[in-house]
Amino acid sequence: MSDLLIENVRLIDPAAGLDTHGALLVRHGKIADLGGNLGRPDGVETIDGGGAVLCPGLVDMRVALGEPGFEYRETIASAAQAAAAGGITTLAALPDSAPAIDDPALVYLLRSRGEATGSLTILPYAAITRGCRGEEMAELGLLREAGAVAFTDGKRAIASSQLMRRVLSYARAFGGRIVQHPEDPSLAEGGAATEGELATRLGLPGIPLIAEAILVARDIRLARLTGGALHVAHISTAETVELIRRAKEEGLDITCDTAPPYFDLNETALGDYRTYAKLSPPLRPEADRRAIAAALVDGTIDAIASDHQPRDADDKRLPFAQASAGGAGLATLLGVTLAQTHGGRLGLPAAIALLTCRPARLLGAGAGTLSRGAPADLCLFHPDRIWQVVAGKLPGKAQNTPFDGRALEGRVLGTWKAGKRVFA
Amino acid sequence: MQSQKHLLAIEGMYPPEIGQLLDLAESYALLNRSGKTQRDLLRGRTLINLFFEDSTRTRTSFELAGKRLGADVINMSVSASSVNKGETLLDTATTLNAMQCDLLVVRHDQSGAPALLAQKVDASVINAGDGTHEHPTQALLDALTIRRRRGRLDGLIVAICGDVTHSRVARSNIYLLTTMGCSVRLIGPPTLIPAGIERLGIDVFHDMDKGLHGVDIVMMLRLQRERMTKGLVPSAREYFRFYGLDAARLAKARPDALVMHPGPMNRGVEIDSAVADDPARSLIREQVEMGVAVRMAVLDTLGRRQRRNV
Repeated sequence: MSDLLIENVRLIDPAAGLDTHGALLVRHGKIADLGGNLGRPDGVETIDGGGAVLCPGLVDMRVALGEPGFEYRETIASAAQAAAAGGITTLAALPDSAPAIDDPALVYLLRSRGEATGSLTILPYAAITRGCRGEEMAELGLLREAGAVAFTDGKRAIASSQLMRRVLSYARAFGGRIVQHPEDPSLAEGGAATEGELATRLGLPGIPLIAEAILVARDIRLARLTGGALHVAHISTAETVELIRRAKEEGLDITCDTAPPYFDLNETALGDYRTYAKLSPPLRPEADRRAIAAALVDGTIDAIASDHQPRDADDKRLPFAQASAGGAGLATLLGVTLAQTHGGRLGLPAAIALLTCRPARLLGAGAGTLSRGAPADLCLFHPDRIWQVVAGKLPGKAQNTPFDGRALEGRVLGTWKAGKRVFA
Repeated sequence: MQSQKHLLAIEGMYPPEIGQLLDLAESYALLNRSGKTQRDLLRGRTLINLFFEDSTRTRTSFELAGKRLGADVINMSVSASSVNKGETLLDTATTLNAMQCDLLVVRHDQSGAPALLAQKVDASVINAGDGTHEHPTQALLDALTIRRRRGRLDGLIVAICGDVTHSRVARSNIYLLTTMGCSVRLIGPPTLIPAGIERLGIDVFHDMDKGLHGVDIVMMLRLQRERMTKGLVPSAREYFRFYGLDAARLAKARPDALVMHPGPMNRGVEIDSAVADDPARSLIREQVEMGVAVRMAVLDTLGRRQRRNV
């Protein structure tokens, strides 16, 4: 592997509090040095960053890969391509595939499939329950030992309070957070949009906003009871933000993430039955979108994840209520997040922290920082360069972006995995 | 739908467009009564009734309307349960394009299905009822029926009673009647009144006696049995006790108040036979008659627009 110097960049590493103009030197795939004045070492390929931002490769903590089981939607290879184009070098893969990742062998398999791409580290989540069916607890200890970073049943919530109590309690012995899809299943059943005027006008079955807060409130109490570590995925309502803020103030081990649609779009994106905007949880009213955006700034939200859910055209070209929920998100994760910084409320280093060191810390992964000696997982992006999201022209296989037509400022120029350029 | 190719919804239509359709329908109503028919307006044109949900009444009404205007009418019934729905919908669109269909009447159990189809077919699409979204021609025929009896729509008080949540008829009527200057009330149990509907410029009542006070038109909605199995209302007899329309309850409305129902009726569940069959108060038979006239007006209007755009 050739050595590399990326110079004339704005180095941002939130984990180290670094934000400076300078250069970064890669030797043998690892970060050898970084800072203001590295000179020009001999025999090193040099890249002029042109003043763009160089930050750690992004860590996306919520991705459905499609593989195993749904290869028509996305394969690991196509996801790796989309991830590289999005500046992502590490992702956590949801276990609700077919089969579900509920066996140690499957955890090993996913890790090694990630390594085989040469561009992506896959951190597998393991199922909380066998088959993600919400019934019997999976072998959390063995799964953790095999390398599962945390436990979740993916887009299915643990409905039973008793089961949730037990897994929060039991998982403490092995570390690894319990990651919950926050939606009361009985209130959400059959729903296609957030209940309210818009759903009523469109004649779509609604899910009340409080379906989220009800489950989160329950889970917070169960976490308090058990001392367990809870992570609430893709939060989307103002009330949830409030609940989590208070739980954190109380000192409970509770964290959360959100996904770009929930701070960039509101329910009006459903427009004339646009099924690409059908997500789970569904898009929310504007007041909730604003609350989520504010919670990114005040630190209540710990991470931004793409919540990538690949779907193919046949999953989506259906009447709205029958269409499959979920949006592609790998390629737009950075751009849509940067939109929050252009308004001036969210600082650029804070935005990058939400995409790198903060999710990495939650997952117990070493990635997401620019430390000397660490693998050179890097993302070079121009914070102002304009591009337009066009469904059908995204990298990778899945094209079901809810951001179709959205103009974004902030474009990835290059991605490196362990010093190797994987996107240009 | 002034310049639009399709009739997918009442929402978004302007008073003059609605007025024009009603005026044209009125002339067809007179023509139909006179026994004369216009056989040549849609001659050589193909109208396909594509019904993914059973409905003898609406399908027959469109069929008759098409034939009276001289169109070639074909009925296609597709049972939604027997096929892979999504594929069928778009595959059907391809098939219809190959058949050179001009006017496509669609009934589907999913909200938005006609809109999806409209993106893919060359024909003008007429929504004949989609899920719990809209049923535009029903609202037009209701309005025509009211206007013929009362001479106007503006200023009337109309109560829409029953299962509003699952009613496309209610939604289309809310848009049409409020657009045309009626004051609209919704009456029903809280579990059957959808969230946010008060923002459509209507008043909600859960006490039917209060809600009927001073009302000119009482529009009843059908209550499906499945609402009881799903726990939205506990029983038919309880429903009828509080939300059924009988003579005593009708007496709470204006003395000359008229009764409507889109059909098919559940006698004894939402409406008492004595009221439904009272020729002095019930407009139900006339609604069916106006249905044909309104559909002729819609087909005629969309057909003319097609010719202009060829």
